[in-house]
Amino acid sequence: MKRIVILGAGTAGTIMANRLSRRYGGDPDAPDVSITVVDQDDEHVYQPGLLFVPFGTYRPEQIVKPRRNFLPKRVRYVSSAIHHVAPEENRVYLENGDPLDYDVLVVATGSRVVPEETEGLTGPGWRDKMFDFYTPVGSSSLGRKLRTWPGGRLVINIVEMPIKCPVAPLEFAFLADAFFTKRGMRDKVDLVYVTPLDGAFTKPVASQALSHLLGDRNIRLVTEFSTGRVDGTAGELVSWDERVEPFDLLVTVPLHMGAEFVGRSPGLGDDMGFVLTDPATLQAKVRPNIFALGDATNVPASKAGSVAHFQAEILTENVVAYLAERELPASFDGHSNCFIETGYGRGLLIDFNYDVEPLPGKFPFAFGPLSLLKETRLNHLGKLLFRWIYWHLLLPGRDLVGIPTRMSIKGKRRPQPAAAGPGQEREVEGAITAARARTIEEDAP
Amino acid sequence: MTTMTLASKDLEVDAEGFLAHAEQWDESVARAIAKDAGIEPLTDRHWLVIKFMRERFLTAGTAPSIRTLGKESGVPIKELYQLFPKGPAKLAAKIGGIPKPKGCI
Repeated sequence: MKRIVILGAGTAGTIMANRLSRRYGGDPDAPDVSITVVDQDDEHVYQPGLLFVPFGTYRPEQIVKPRRNFLPKRVRYVSSAIHHVAPEENRVYLENGDPLDYDVLVVATGSRVVPEETEGLTGPGWRDKMFDFYTPVGSSSLGRKLRTWPGGRLVINIVEMPIKCPVAPLEFAFLADAFFTKRGMRDKVDLVYVTPLDGAFTKPVASQALSHLLGDRNIRLVTEFSTGRVDGTAGELVSWDERVEPFDLLVTVPLHMGAEFVGRSPGLGDDMGFVLTDPATLQAKVRPNIFALGDATNVPASKAGSVAHFQAEILTENVVAYLAERELPASFDGHSNCFIETGYGRGLLIDFNYDVEPLPGKFPFAFGPLSLLKETRLNHLGKLLFRWIYWHLLLPGRDLVGIPTRMSIKGKRRPQPAAAGPGQEREVEGAITAARARTIEEDAP
Repeated sequence: MTTMTLASKDLEVDAEGFLAHAEQWDESVARAIAKDAGIEPLTDRHWLVIKFMRERFLTAGTAPSIRTLGKESGVPIKELYQLFPKGPAKLAAKIGGIPKPKGCI
């Protein structure tokens, strides 16, 4: 009997549990395998829904369901916080209960926001005029604030990269513009987007398109602003190099870190608590029988549900191969696929990987092509449909029709730079080399 | 990867000028990269950070984050931004001859 232990029953852990369970359960010739899943609570939050809670589109209770409902029956579920992993002993120590021994460990404990790491953020004004929307309590208290807020200067801020769903704060800005417009008070609100990046987004072509969109919506963009401290009493966001952005209402995306136990587990993570992970095989650097996926890793891909979904397919192959003592066959390409809500019932779609940044064009989909990097009604409907897909197809670990695990360049176009000479490749096949030359790792400020 | 001449040495660098091989670094290379970035001269405080970054990368395999630099290098974050304007972690890594820190996507 081989023992697989999965830490975390969020998006990534749940998909892995379902895929592995089906893989070993459906085949009478498959080796005998036990699967144990550990999580500290039984509340599975549909995280993409958190964005909509402040604007009253979803109620908080609509986006939370019991974790156990989405795990297969033959999986053992252990409810406990994790104390640490001892890679040398192949053992997980829990806060409550006996240690768990494993042959293969899958770390899927995601990332968490840590507002306490920014001076002043959790001081006076926290959840009164300063909010996050990445937690159920944060997004619902922000929703209560927005219902009666008379207007003023609303600053949307990213403290530091990396963050979960790097497009979410942009979506928040677009939805806020639409929200205040609909309420007939847009003229009473100054919207300011303050980011540590040098543009609206991490990748150049999308960054340019999204920066334009911010401008069109009269949202001021402040770049290369590394937040050093916040003063809730004075209503000031202050950068490390002493620039000041005043606010009446602050909506911030706090610093992200990996799960706390990672820091207590020798050799497992970096100094932010993200698991040191091979970007292709998803094997942890510390030991060959430890793997990681989803937001928990340090791989240079988006921290997004679509990434967890694509990685899970790859990782299932690799875990099966590892237990059969075969060479790891599967390699993750960094594929990420995200809808971006832009308000007024429209949305964008971006699709990219380690080597190819988000580009405009068409995304071939089961029901017809979706437009990439361009606002359409259909992309917005896709985003709303996604909540159903999440619970019914994504978490059970089904392949999504029309969305391949490896990114496809079909339909994508690289915009021609103004100064481009003749003979420059326009289609993406040629552009890949150029994209490869570009670094995929953005700066940590 | 392209080749660049720094401190009279031919060195392989990436698209943004980060050294491809950390072992090809020495202090004269550091001074040349710093000068290109507009930092001249390198003071003891700069060297403290550069050497901490480099040592941490060579022993742990990853560059420390700005927060770890602030907590453990002996130079507070605010001063880091004065020494290496805009992106201390990135700039100190570049001058220290180690790969660009992984940030975000």
